[in-house]
Amino acid sequence: MTALEVDKDLMTKLLEKMILIRRFEERTKKAFADGEMPGFVHLYAGEEAVAVGCCSALETRDYITSTHRGHGHLIAKGGDIKLMMAELFGKKTGYCKGKGGSMHIADINIGILGANGIVGAGIPIAVGAALSAKLRKTDQVAISFFGDGASNSSRFHGSINLAAIWELPAVFIIENNQYAEKTNIKLTAKVKNLSERAKAYGIPGVTVNGNDVLEVYTEACNAVERAREGKGPTLLECKTYRTYGHDEGDMQTYKPKQEVEYWKGMDPIIILKNKMINSEVIDEERYLEIDRAIINRIEEAVKFAKDSPFPLPEEALEDVYA
Amino acid sequence: MKKLTYREAIIEAMDEEMSRDPNVFIMGEDIGEYWEGPFNEYAGLWQKYGSERIRDTPISEEAFVGAAVGAAITGMRPIANVMFANFLTVPMDEIFNQMTKLRYMNGGKMKIPLTIISLSGGGIGAAAQHSVCMEGLLNSIPGLKIVSPATPKDAKGLLKSAIRDDNPVIFFQNLALILSGKKGDVPEEEYLIPLGKADVKSVGEDITIIAVGNMVNTSLKAVELLRDMGVSAELIDPRTVAPLDKTTILESVKKTGKVVITAEEPKTGGIAGEISAIIAEEAIEYLEGPVKRVCGLDTPIPFSPGLEKFWIPDEEDIVRAVKELIEG
Repeated sequence: MTALEVDKDLMTKLLEKMILIRRFEERTKKAFADGEMPGFVHLYAGEEAVAVGCCSALETRDYITSTHRGHGHLIAKGGDIKLMMAELFGKKTGYCKGKGGSMHIADINIGILGANGIVGAGIPIAVGAALSAKLRKTDQVAISFFGDGASNSSRFHGSINLAAIWELPAVFIIENNQYAEKTNIKLTAKVKNLSERAKAYGIPGVTVNGNDVLEVYTEACNAVERAREGKGPTLLECKTYRTYGHDEGDMQTYKPKQEVEYWKGMDPIIILKNKMINSEVIDEERYLEIDRAIINRIEEAVKFAKDSPFPLPEEALEDVYA
Repeated sequence: MKKLTYREAIIEAMDEEMSRDPNVFIMGEDIGEYWEGPFNEYAGLWQKYGSERIRDTPISEEAFVGAAVGAAITGMRPIANVMFANFLTVPMDEIFNQMTKLRYMNGGKMKIPLTIISLSGGGIGAAAQHSVCMEGLLNSIPGLKIVSPATPKDAKGLLKSAIRDDNPVIFFQNLALILSGKKGDVPEEEYLIPLGKADVKSVGEDITIIAVGNMVNTSLKAVELLRDMGVSAELIDPRTVAPLDKTTILESVKKTGKVVITAEEPKTGGIAGEISAIIAEEAIEYLEGPVKRVCGLDTPIPFSPGLEKFWIPDEEDIVRAVKELIEG
């Protein structure tokens, strides 16, 4: 598949999803700064093209595992932003009834097997979902999202090796935002492209511009198709950049100014928007319309969250065992 | 009744459950095509079920236990074989943060029907990295069920229940019992033993002995010695420390007023301490003396036979504790 095959409707959908994630994160940032959210939040802004490009290659019945920086993956896979926002506010109406928070949202009915607070923990879980799909002969695919940090963990090695030897329908997405918390990947990996590691497992490894959603989408489609055809897993590295800190409150003093400026010019939403305007898929007015509608949806989600009750204290006792 | 070894009973449980439910499959190291488990604990299963359902894994416990979690939440009923209980520390994130917490953290919307089988306990000179009982260490993890069978009959009935349970369960195969080859009575017909129901292995009036895992068998010897001394001991085998059958324990303690708890773990922080605390909280007024714990030493388990024998409690240690209580 080439990027040219991406039709106008799909382009619009990709754009909408990316704006939805961006606006969700900006609103979350504000709510957190206002002291309305407990705990901590890890924002996905800047990396939208990865989640949207990859999840758009999947069907609803397919699986994803996500990370501590998971809002983008969940929205891209079809997560309900009202239930997400309510969970972030710790409300009873949230996805997890207020028991998980930002890092633990799952929606098993649409294949979201969970964000995860432990770096790399989603990788073997996705392998298991892929194994399950293979054993049940359901033709489903599992994508695991994780960062450059997780690509240095033992689970990355063990899990991808396992998926490779069993030729499982899995796709491993390294979301290389270049910082494992606050440490640059230059200090923690010797290879130029993390996808080179695929060679060690005998599977294809591909690196793409993670801020170009059409490029991500194209390669994700190739990997998903390969997985669905029973040809085994692919390692896809998407090079991208985290706009905000590791978590809110991180002032990012460790990032060089030039680097920050460079990536401002690489905003995935602007890149797609410009392409769409240049090819007359949309105009500025339509773009603003889309944006306004999304902002309204986010505000509705925030209102839903704020109006919702907190769980009763004794609900802490529920849901330990099935 | 038929006679089976502990090992045979466990294989029979897995075989029956795999026949019954196509979603049950097993992953682990050295369990299939090349070997049938380090101690033949999987004998015959690969021949019968093949490589799809008896899956040999690389030595990547995090990966295959994590994969078991992923398979469990997507409709399968996996069994992960983590060879020795010491090795459970390798996939400890999967145990501590994933399989036991995902359901709760997601507001109860997932089921995680996953059984981990692992060899536990000492007594065979395997030294501290291949000899451990972990009931106490694991018991503080909410969301986990822990099974420690002491007889062939219990092993089979409890494993079948563990596999059918919709929660994560760690099932300890006692290594000394696997190797003993000693046969025990097992019902001819299919049966299940519920998780969370203690078994009174010996009925008595004078003292309650609560024993975990293979200490049940050691305690049975102690019960005989005590009988010869005119002491009637009641032996309670919780069989599963989580969920723990507090009712059976407390009823016995209330009847006898004296209690000895024995487990093959370091005394400090072990399961015996937890059971002691429950008795102290809920039945202290019935006690006629202190709760006695007969446990291992607060050291790693040593290698050399004499050292190891000194470390693991034996029937004499239990009898001594009982005598101290009775004689005041």
